[in-house]
Amino acid sequence: MDAASLTGGLRDPARDGARAFRAAMEVMARPGTIATLDHAAPPAPLSAAAGTLLLVLCDPDTPVWLAGACETGAVRDWLAFHTGAPVVAGPGDCAFAVGRWDALTPLDAYPAGTPEYPDRSATLIVELDRLLPGGTVLEGPGIAVQAALPLPDPAAFAANAARFPLGVDTFFTSGTHVAALPRSTKVLV
Amino acid sequence: MYVAVKGGARAIANAHAWLAEERRGDPTLPDLTVAQVREQMALAVNRVMAEGSLYDPDLAALAIKQARGDLIEAIFLIRAYRTTLPRFGASRPIDTAAMACDRRISATFKDVPGGQVLGPTFDYTHRLLDFALAAEGITPDAPRAPAPAGPVPHVTGFLNREGLIQPEPETDATPPDLTREPLELPADRALRLQALARADEGFLLGLAYSTQRGYARNHAFVGELRIGAVAVEMDIPELGFAIEIGEITVTECETVNQFTGSKTEPAQFTRGYGLVFGQTERKSIAMALVDRALRWQELGEDFVGAPAQDAEFVLYHADNIQATGFLEHIKLPHYVDFQSELELIRKLRRGVEAGAEGTE
Amino acid sequence: MSMRSEEQVDTGARRDWMGLLARADPSRLAALWDRMGDTPGHDLLRAPEIGAVMVRGRAGATGAPFNLGEMTVTRCAVRLSACGTVGHAYVQGRDRDHARTAALADALMQTDAAPRVRDGLLDPLAAAETAARQSRAEKAAATRVEFLTLVRGED
Repeated sequence: MDAASLTGGLRDPARDGARAFRAAMEVMARPGTIATLDHAAPPAPLSAAAGTLLLVLCDPDTPVWLAGACETGAVRDWLAFHTGAPVVAGPGDCAFAVGRWDALTPLDAYPAGTPEYPDRSATLIVELDRLLPGGTVLEGPGIAVQAALPLPDPAAFAANAARFPLGVDTFFTSGTHVAALPRSTKVLV
Repeated sequence: MYVAVKGGARAIANAHAWLAEERRGDPTLPDLTVAQVREQMALAVNRVMAEGSLYDPDLAALAIKQARGDLIEAIFLIRAYRTTLPRFGASRPIDTAAMACDRRISATFKDVPGGQVLGPTFDYTHRLLDFALAAEGITPDAPRAPAPAGPVPHVTGFLNREGLIQPEPETDATPPDLTREPLELPADRALRLQALARADEGFLLGLAYSTQRGYARNHAFVGELRIGAVAVEMDIPELGFAIEIGEITVTECETVNQFTGSKTEPAQFTRGYGLVFGQTERKSIAMALVDRALRWQELGEDFVGAPAQDAEFVLYHADNIQATGFLEHIKLPHYVDFQSELELIRKLRRGVEAGAEGTE
Repeated sequence: MSMRSEEQVDTGARRDWMGLLARADPSRLAALWDRMGDTPGHDLLRAPEIGAVMVRGRAGATGAPFNLGEMTVTRCAVRLSACGTVGHAYVQGRDRDHARTAALADALMQTDAAPRVRDGLLDPLAAAETAARQSRAEKAAATRVEFLTLVRGED
């Protein structure tokens, strides 16, 4: 394993981990909120925000799918050293998936949970070119009146929300920014 | 119904302070060290590691000291601690054939290759209290003899070669893990073995004894019992190869069970398997008997309604931490529950009294 | 100090010394390490971290794997300042110094300091381990029995 793969983790694992996890929870609890995540320095093409999410969410029990251009030896090694998460070859049996939207789609390829265990579903990390406020209008739990996020394919996320309580949950990342869309959010298309 | 209760903080703090004082006992006597518990109460330590499901003799010894020798309380402490640890991964399956055996006996073959090695056993002692132990300063010295080199083969391997025992084909399937996903039925053998390995020794002993007394009798012989050290090997992702990360002591029991054949299986010997952390002989024999009883379905036997055959009964009642948690919670405040019960009884009695008056 | 090329570090040999360091008694390892002199300058790529590993067994000793229970393990990764050589350790128990020393020793064993580490650390550890194993094996051998089946009169 290349020595570069052994760096770029959380500088202060206990505190950075707690802060980053708190930020991830906040954006998931308040869809439309954009927070900063810059606690990790992952190898290209992963953004700092996506890398930080992987470090605080993944462990040897969570199979990860590296979609499209994210599937590089450097990313694999970095993930292996810092999280121990196994890398899987496709969306069907992953707990987390990271990549650009065109590599990740369609959403119905992911585990969506079971009626007894809706939590046995995948969480996606979608890398975007830009993550700025505005876009598709959102309503539902954690949103006072309405919120908005630049969803890559609003119809796909509306269909995902229609499967509630089953479905996937999604983080959006760009550079050091992160936002989230849980399956419980109503997507107005 | 559960209703929160407030108050009592001072009484609770004082109770815990008194607990600490009682734990210490007579302060004119030396304080017990964790190392002393680890070295001299080793079988208690082993039981706490096995049922706490965490191999760490120092932690188990500390838990026993903290719990004042209440082993189930100590197991509870270990179970609570282990939930705080990040999981680095899983080991490769340990190779018990490569064990450095302290003890290795067979009840089925007298002249087993590798020999019968008694090890540090209570067997053949007279169970008479040894008052010499009440005196201090005795340093026993075990005799030695030239040791043969290399590991000794499993006894069941000899039966296997003749095709007289049901084979145990090696697979590399990832086993289910009841510490990650709640135990669900039907439970496959891998899940049952995990549950049994951490189960309460007393409960398994009673169940195993019930099979011997005729409740799903399965005619078990101890084909082999071995106790000793095995290496634990794990694949390290950042290295790309496996290394030994330590060495643990385990007890393994393989039973050979008489089996006259069933609708689906030929007459042959079948197996029960026990594998437990530490030197834990009684538990591992009991585990093997219960494992065998639970295998009735895959061997095409009839369900005779015996407790040891009933996976739901065994697996859902074998965990002493679950059991003690539910059992002991009924001593905690249930004032509102009980108030409603009181109301109900009073109402019923009023109804009966009113009825009795009405008929007069 | 210079790093040896990858071909010079034999994986089998590295597995052996990493296993030996993992199994070592922490206090013995610490004493030997102190005797070897100053700790070389290094960065912690992974500060000593305490966790658990799920230990697996096989049904019937040879069949399908099952989860037996966990064990405590401490891991650490270091990079030597002088040459950039990386060392790893996964060691049984909860002793952070054990893991850090084992990772440093793993790194040094991949440099031209290897002979010194072998003499001062690995060889004494291996000798102690062999002696301890031999002692147990000899005590076990002294408890070896031959059971005799007594022949009962048949006629």
